[in-house]
Amino acid sequence: MIRAYYTLRRRLSAKRETGNAQCVLGPLFVAAALSCARIPLETPYSGGTVGGQRMSYSASIGNHRYNFADLRELLAKATPARSGDVLAGVAAESAEERVAAQFALADLPLANFLAAPVIPYEIDEVTRLIADAHDAQAFAPVRSFTVGELRDWLLSNEATEERLAALAPGITPEMAAAVSKLMRVQDLIAAAAKIRVVTRFRTTVGLRGRLSARLQPNHPTDDPAGIAASILDGLLLGSGDAVIGINPAGDDVAVTTQLLRLVDALRERFQIPAQSCVLAHVTTQIAALEQGAPIDLIFQSIAGTEAANRSFGVSLSLLEEAHEAGQSLSRGAICAGGIVGRNVMYFETGQGSALSANAHHGVDQQTLEARAYAVARRFEPMLVNTVVGFIGPEYLYDGKQIVRAGLEDHFCGKLLGLPMGCDVCYTNHAEADQDDMDVLLTLLGAAGVNYIMGVPGADDVMLNYQSTSFHDALYLRRVLGLGPAPEFEAWLQGDSFGRLALEAANPERLLTA
Amino acid sequence: MSEIAYPEMLPALAAKLRALTPARVALGRTGVSQPTREQLAFQRSHAQARDAVHARMQTAALASEIEEITGREVLRLHSAATDRPCYLQRPDLGRTLDEAGRTRLTRLRPGGFDLAPVVVDGLSALAVERHAALLLRELLSRIEGWRIAPVCVVEQGRVAIGDVIGAALGAEIAVVLIGERPGLSSPDSLGAYVTWQPRPGRTDAERNCISNIRAEGLSYAVAADRLASLFLQARRCRLTGVALKLETAKSLEG
Repeated sequence: MIRAYYTLRRRLSAKRETGNAQCVLGPLFVAAALSCARIPLETPYSGGTVGGQRMSYSASIGNHRYNFADLRELLAKATPARSGDVLAGVAAESAEERVAAQFALADLPLANFLAAPVIPYEIDEVTRLIADAHDAQAFAPVRSFTVGELRDWLLSNEATEERLAALAPGITPEMAAAVSKLMRVQDLIAAAAKIRVVTRFRTTVGLRGRLSARLQPNHPTDDPAGIAASILDGLLLGSGDAVIGINPAGDDVAVTTQLLRLVDALRERFQIPAQSCVLAHVTTQIAALEQGAPIDLIFQSIAGTEAANRSFGVSLSLLEEAHEAGQSLSRGAICAGGIVGRNVMYFETGQGSALSANAHHGVDQQTLEARAYAVARRFEPMLVNTVVGFIGPEYLYDGKQIVRAGLEDHFCGKLLGLPMGCDVCYTNHAEADQDDMDVLLTLLGAAGVNYIMGVPGADDVMLNYQSTSFHDALYLRRVLGLGPAPEFEAWLQGDSFGRLALEAANPERLLTA
Repeated sequence: MSEIAYPEMLPALAAKLRALTPARVALGRTGVSQPTREQLAFQRSHAQARDAVHARMQTAALASEIEEITGREVLRLHSAATDRPCYLQRPDLGRTLDEAGRTRLTRLRPGGFDLAPVVVDGLSALAVERHAALLLRELLSRIEGWRIAPVCVVEQGRVAIGDVIGAALGAEIAVVLIGERPGLSSPDSLGAYVTWQPRPGRTDAERNCISNIRAEGLSYAVAADRLASLFLQARRCRLTGVALKLETAKSLEG
């Protein structure tokens, strides 16, 4: 359906010389946008690339009129300040220009986003995915809204959990990013907290009243005993119900297979309801799978443009192949409520990845991050998390920028229907510390985040950054009254966990798979 | 729902787990929180890493140390990043020289050098102050007879500033010794990047890197051996980077 708009636009652009965009609009566009009574000719914004006619956006503050050449520029300049957008040269040049852009964005009809992609349909497969997968029926309830009206609606009592779930396929990443730019931290929390996205493999993650943790037992040289020691420590502190996920130091099929077998043996021996993952490149995991490795979840880092994904060595078709391969194993279990776990993909993202790959097309990093979620939702993932502060201060400078970005990513992901977690983290050259992580961790808990990371002592000795600890997960569960995934909770209260705690006294016997 | 009762970890098990990994395992807990001692140990490590990131390189002292230890002339330069906050937010500026530095290099009448050693603070001045002079001595002793350019010591620089400097000096190979991003347990790790025919626009895929040079990591002797061997391979294949790795792998097989 949406693809038709772009085709229509191309067809109509030849007639553009008539000067009046509205007069050449075809019936499709009328159905999608102009039927909305809110787009008369005299609205304060002037909008988009309607009918192939590029028009600028503007807003006045006092006597100063601010103009924004296109939707890309409008979105970038409306973005709350962050270093990556300055580095890319797309940020607002003053605080007043930023708020002018926010005013103009607030008045922009959502329908305009369907007609004016930030990266052209012809050159980017992520844009094509967004356009072709858009669900007009799901979009119908908000079709007449402006971005500002969407914010008001999301925060209103009208926006119930059920309505938000039904809306997700009708929202595009650009719409989600746009509305988040008009939201304060409490808005990002309040809206996200209404949304639940529940996924299953051997555990059920994302239920209300639950908080899961990825156990991240990395080791500088992938030493199996060292990794196993961290797994044991994490299990004994109740982490691992999202996934036991190892980042390998090298990218090697044999090592990947060895580590998968180690976790699988431990899981079988103590009947642990958990899934494992070795976060090697997707092609490495597929190769391991083909050689018979016990693969539960298949991981890949993804980004919001075709070119950035290419720099990661992936494409939509490769991810499709991985998804099918993972599904074919049928290793998920019957979860609480008798539902069989079928979500097999695990994706990580993070603002700034497209810029660092020089593949950002002049789009701000937060909008591109939301576009990565369109890639993720195509494959019904078990887990998606932004690795929010990992990329460094040239993209998110300090604790304030990291905290906001983490909440934006969580909100946008949830609005788009993703099972969002967050790697609450920072590097040593960012202006941030563990206090900032406590703030973001607690706010994400209030926002209903699906899972966080559990790293021994919050110190990842392989990736050299700081995240959250097993203790941090326990803290969040305690202060917010949350439990782990139901299957995992039952295990923690049962005999197998007791046996693990006893046999742990001789870890070397447990650690050799 | 009732909170789960987690078992206390016995000291004997804690010791065993700790012996298996450098990760912060078996920290114990008070309630569900980390005990004071572990919390302070973490803060100490983070403080050291932060101090390493923000320390200003003692350029004069380092320059005279390098002169003394290697017997080479030293040029002191500065990138276009004016200070640390600017450096951290503008990687592009850390890759270019400031006006004074550019002028200085163009006056040098370059050319004919086999190797341009470039010492850059990067993200840890501590790393270069501790290791650069000593590593250079080891390295230069392995390539006697090579025509070595004056050693450039650069403040607020990134790896690619070696391309600008190497090109201005007309060197065939640039080696950049640079402070790596401090980890929580490694505030003074040095990296070494080798680039064949350095010039602006070279990508990271066109360099070879040796990482983790520090007391607890790679020794000066081993690092110097590897660098000298990389220089020779680069000369033979007339390139560096991913392509050199492939060439080397092929010649090993062949």
